[in-house]
Amino acid sequence: MSKHEIEVTINGRRFAGAVESRVTLSDFLRGEAGYTGVHVGCEHGVCGACTVIVNGKAVRSCLMLAVQVQGAEVTTVEGLAAPDGTLHPAQQALRDEHGLQCGFCTPGVLMTMAAMTAGEQKPDEEALLAALSGHICRCTGYQGIRRAARKLAAGEGA
Amino acid sequence: MKAAPFDYLAPGSIEEACALLAEAGGGASVLAGGQTLMPLLALRMSQPFILVDINNIAALRGVSRIAGGTRIGPATRQCDGLADAVLAEHLPVLVRALSHVGHYQTRNRGTIGGSIALGEPAAEMPATAVALGAVIEITSVRGVRRVEAADFYLGPYMTVLESDELVTGIEYPDWPPGHVILFREVAQRPGDFALVGLVGALVVEGARITRAGLAWFGMGPTPVKMRQAEAAILGQSADALDVNGLAALAIADTAPFDDHHASAEYRRTVGRRMFTRILREALGRQEAA
Repeated sequence: MSKHEIEVTINGRRFAGAVESRVTLSDFLRGEAGYTGVHVGCEHGVCGACTVIVNGKAVRSCLMLAVQVQGAEVTTVEGLAAPDGTLHPAQQALRDEHGLQCGFCTPGVLMTMAAMTAGEQKPDEEALLAALSGHICRCTGYQGIRRAARKLAAGEGA
Repeated sequence: MKAAPFDYLAPGSIEEACALLAEAGGGASVLAGGQTLMPLLALRMSQPFILVDINNIAALRGVSRIAGGTRIGPATRQCDGLADAVLAEHLPVLVRALSHVGHYQTRNRGTIGGSIALGEPAAEMPATAVALGAVIEITSVRGVRRVEAADFYLGPYMTVLESDELVTGIEYPDWPPGHVILFREVAQRPGDFALVGLVGALVVEGARITRAGLAWFGMGPTPVKMRQAEAAILGQSADALDVNGLAALAIADTAPFDDHHASAEYRRTVGRRMFTRILREALGRQEAA
């Protein structure tokens, strides 16, 4: 069992610490770095609740080791809204379309939506809906989430 | 649901990685994208003492043209393969199959070689390699050897890879422009492993089929090369194929099993139907009533 010094940027803030090799990125973000918006559901890559953005790409944080984000930029759900509290377009769209109920899957869903709508990228509706198949929601029946995704794809989220 | 303790090493070169694997004497696992390995660790179905992370080895990434084919670095991420212009031009079947591997979120991390090296029998990448006649380059401190994809798989998650060996390249022979692409899978949900899947390519010249590469996934303990159907289809007229006869041969090569997702009989029934339908569609014939 080895320990590793890592330095990583999380939501724009630098974080340095020592991690045990077997610690997943999801456990590290919650336990060490304090970003408990990262929800851990199945812990083996099926449910999608722990999805975060690593170097611009939405990934399952339970399927990465913390030691692997050395030098990377990580965004969690805490990094989505503006400092003044203005919601990210994906957050606003989910709120407007009743795309959540208990909220457990929501951070993961948001990170996929945020990654796919970032920058100049115009999300393709079909691709966005297909990407949502990587998330399991037990409350909504998915229709509100799909409406929010269509809204985002049409550029109406902002 | 936490992995058992292990040491983590991230070598920067193939030589270093092979030396570490040799030194570990069978106690190490190779970590590529981790989208299959990490669940196995979390469930403690796999408990290596050492994890050798190959993500820092640049020589294992990327797509390149070689004489008569295309070479894919095993650590090439599935998302990068989907967006690759060389693959789109030369290996459209592979790109089509890639779009069915896992989910958007796992393709952002998962690698083409990782899927091939692990050998899940219902996965798309191993069967695609078998169907297209790929050759897998394997490196260890003992040297380099090359194995046909069809000879690479021994059973579920069992391959000819020795514990000190690393997949260092996958080489796909060229299929001529305009070849017929075959791909279909039946799964319970998008992103799930297939219950039954078919992948392949055909070359039609002057209305006759002159080359065929066909494989099943989810139809046995390994990807299944349809040896009998491949042999029988050669030389046949694309307009007058005995599709039902070929389907019977294609099913004869399979060894599906019952599990909690589907029975073996279901898999054979769906497979037979899938085979006839996809061939008729691909060769532009009307579906028989």
